[in-house]
Amino acid sequence: MRNALGRELPEYIAGYGEVRPFAGAFAHAGEINRKAVKVKGDWSSPNKVLDSLGGALEKCGLKDGMTVSFHHHLRNGDYVLNMVLEEIARHGIKDIKVAASSIFPIHQPLVKHMGNGVVTGLYAGYISGAVGEAVSRGVLKNPVVMQTHGGRARAIEAGELHIDVAFIAAPTCDEYGNMNGLEGPSACGVLTYPAADAYYADTVIAVTDNLVPYPACPIEITQEYVDYVVPVELIGDSAGIVSGTTRITNDPAGLKIAESAAQVIEASGLLKDGFSFQTGAGGTSLAVAAYVKEMMKEKKIQGSFAAGGITEYMVEMLEEGYFRTLFDGQCFDLKAVESLRRNKNHQRMSMSMYGNPSNKGAVVNKLDVMILGATEVDLDFNVNVTTNSNGLLMGGSGGHSDTAAGAKLAVVVTKLIRKRFPIVVDSATTVTTPGETVDVLVTERGIAVNPLRQDVLEKVKKAGLPVKTIEELKETAEKLTGVPEKVDFKDKVVAVIEYRDGTVIDVVRQL
Amino acid sequence: MSDLRRSMLFVPGFRPGMLQNSTIYGADSIIFDLEDSVAVSEKDAARVLVRNVLQELDFSGTEMVVRINPIIDSPFGKEDVAEIAGVRPDAFMLPKADEEGIRILAGMLDEIEQKEGFEQESIKIFALVESTSAVLNLSSIVKASTRLAGIMLGAEDLTAELGIKRTLQGNELLYARSHLAMVCKSAGIDAIDTPFGDVGDQEGLEYDATQARSLGLTGKAAIHPRQVGTINRTFSPSPEEVIYAGKVVAAVKEAEKAGNGVFALDGKMVDAPVAARAEKVLRQAKLAGIEV
Amino acid sequence: MKITKSCGAGRQEANDIFIWLEPNEKEEVAIKLESVVKLQFGKQIEKVIRETLAKLGVTSASVTAWDSGALDYAIRARVETAVRRAGEV
Repeated sequence: MRNALGRELPEYIAGYGEVRPFAGAFAHAGEINRKAVKVKGDWSSPNKVLDSLGGALEKCGLKDGMTVSFHHHLRNGDYVLNMVLEEIARHGIKDIKVAASSIFPIHQPLVKHMGNGVVTGLYAGYISGAVGEAVSRGVLKNPVVMQTHGGRARAIEAGELHIDVAFIAAPTCDEYGNMNGLEGPSACGVLTYPAADAYYADTVIAVTDNLVPYPACPIEITQEYVDYVVPVELIGDSAGIVSGTTRITNDPAGLKIAESAAQVIEASGLLKDGFSFQTGAGGTSLAVAAYVKEMMKEKKIQGSFAAGGITEYMVEMLEEGYFRTLFDGQCFDLKAVESLRRNKNHQRMSMSMYGNPSNKGAVVNKLDVMILGATEVDLDFNVNVTTNSNGLLMGGSGGHSDTAAGAKLAVVVTKLIRKRFPIVVDSATTVTTPGETVDVLVTERGIAVNPLRQDVLEKVKKAGLPVKTIEELKETAEKLTGVPEKVDFKDKVVAVIEYRDGTVIDVVRQL
Repeated sequence: MSDLRRSMLFVPGFRPGMLQNSTIYGADSIIFDLEDSVAVSEKDAARVLVRNVLQELDFSGTEMVVRINPIIDSPFGKEDVAEIAGVRPDAFMLPKADEEGIRILAGMLDEIEQKEGFEQESIKIFALVESTSAVLNLSSIVKASTRLAGIMLGAEDLTAELGIKRTLQGNELLYARSHLAMVCKSAGIDAIDTPFGDVGDQEGLEYDATQARSLGLTGKAAIHPRQVGTINRTFSPSPEEVIYAGKVVAAVKEAEKAGNGVFALDGKMVDAPVAARAEKVLRQAKLAGIEV
Repeated sequence: MKITKSCGAGRQEANDIFIWLEPNEKEEVAIKLESVVKLQFGKQIEKVIRETLAKLGVTSASVTAWDSGALDYAIRARVETAVRRAGEV
């Protein structure tokens, strides 16, 4: 069958189940029933600390076929996922489903567990590194389910994704399970990804390398949700947690794109007092923030909030008064952690609060402008950030689809040609984010406005910006690069791309 | 001759990535460089690469110039011209230019154009003057070839020869710039200012460009894409100039109808040179994308 | 004509290609290509190399190419320069 975007999907996928086809970005947003949670209250001991991970596995009764969850607030410095899976393997437990908010290169040992049947299923918002490659080669038994950040929270709240045991990496934790990410050798800032898991998993286990006396204030995940606390030597590698490598690009083409994107924002009329903004931490995206900052300075504008992954640059904008507030989903560097510690206007947000389409209102709905990346953009403005041009799984929505749907103006910034790949294509290898939620594409060789947004098109034209149709951009690119040959996929579905509402927007097939 | 040569962006001739992206930054002219930015061991490769990129990619809408190596005392300059003239760049730029060099270059182009069946003098020449003797000889240099479309000042070599430092203030260039502006104006060609060296300093660039413009230079070299925007802004007609030029042109039309040659507008006399200048400002404004 | 001397042109940097020519005992053009875009453009790159060599009259050479996303004009330029450096044109 074909979904609303015309993507060919099987009606039933082994290891996934019935496919609910994507029917439009807002067709299924809204009403859900939040699932009921079974709580095995235990007041017998004032102390939830267990000796070891092995002990914890026994205590929570982990069995073949269960689903365990992990979270990527420790990013590419996370030791917990590897540590727990090693322990699960040692206990001889098989057929485990791993529900991780994201997978990073450091999680390479997961490939081994996938190969020998310890892990047979995987949920993730984003996958990079060896695991993605292994999935593309068909190593995992069941297809990976790719979710958006908001979609993951929704699926957990709705009971579609049931988590038996949530393992939460806790940079700081007390003996009764109160956690925060502000202190300790593995401090990471906010703990926003595990929130839904903490509230809805059957069993919640905190894994910490910084056990402190009760209570571990300021508490982010609170004791009433936590079953056990397991102290370990180290939960992460601080160099990979807050890597702090994001810098504004020096590449002249990247700067040109960023400047044009800022001009589009100005032309849109959204740049006024109360302006709200989110951009990625990549070099070009960050450069957009720099150009926007200049404009805000010139026009003497104060924004209401900037959201998303927080970098030193955004902290500076908060402190210099360009924005009243930061909504923080993830701290990218130590400056962000420091700001979170001392600035009350630096506000945490859970992933449900951030992007869930079926709660009582997400932050993305209040966003004026979102700056997005892309690996491919098709003629309908559908965006791929899941697979690379070779068809290899190495990415995923994260908050991409959530923010595109919520923001008043979603702007994709990308080079029109990368290496020799034309980025604007007839049909994207994979669709992550539907074109109806993407308003403008900005490249170094011109700007294309989604025909669905005639209002924006008019404003951008009136501002004298170099507007082309997306077909013209495609032609410009292909005139230089030539037409790429199609990548050959096998039939087996290795990943199911769920839109934020849980419908299937696309699938990735084996290479 | 192009009406709009505010910015002329130098691009190293050896790097394909830079060559193929060169026109995206909005420079009025692009100069593919075979001289200073190309190592002696790669002169042959750069020459072929620049030839191919000009031949195969579509750069329409931008003036494409090739800076060759010196044509006297070096075999490279002539080899550059022989290799590339056949793909018809809009112009060649001759470094260390003097009358003799320009005549040699013009002579080569005469021959090539004839052989290839190109329109005579369709390939223009820019002279890069970078010595005291060249600055002093400017009035002869501008007469060396009718192909000359403009002269660019090369201040690095010039100040080195004089044994003086370049400063942000720029007083050391006052004479050279003024002289260049006058000679070029009298010859009806463009006077292009020397590049500004600190690519990170936008304020310094703006000051430097404003100085050059105030002395009568018509454009400025850029050595980094980030300089193009500032240079274009500085050398574009200002909104006031555009409005005034519009008034002048409208008044000239009225006066022509009435049969008046000279008349006054807002208390100032308008004659043929003023009218011509107004028309040029409007053409430039249009080319620069300014609403007229 | 045959390539009788080993030499190269180009660089291993984005949008460029490094072409290395060597004599080929088998008296034919053989091409070994490594490219970041091999899946989508490998055939095209080999075709451009082959055509350029033929146009320059080269009938025997062993070509190794490391491509970092060069467009056709750059591939043609690098091949031509390498052949010239081999003293064959």
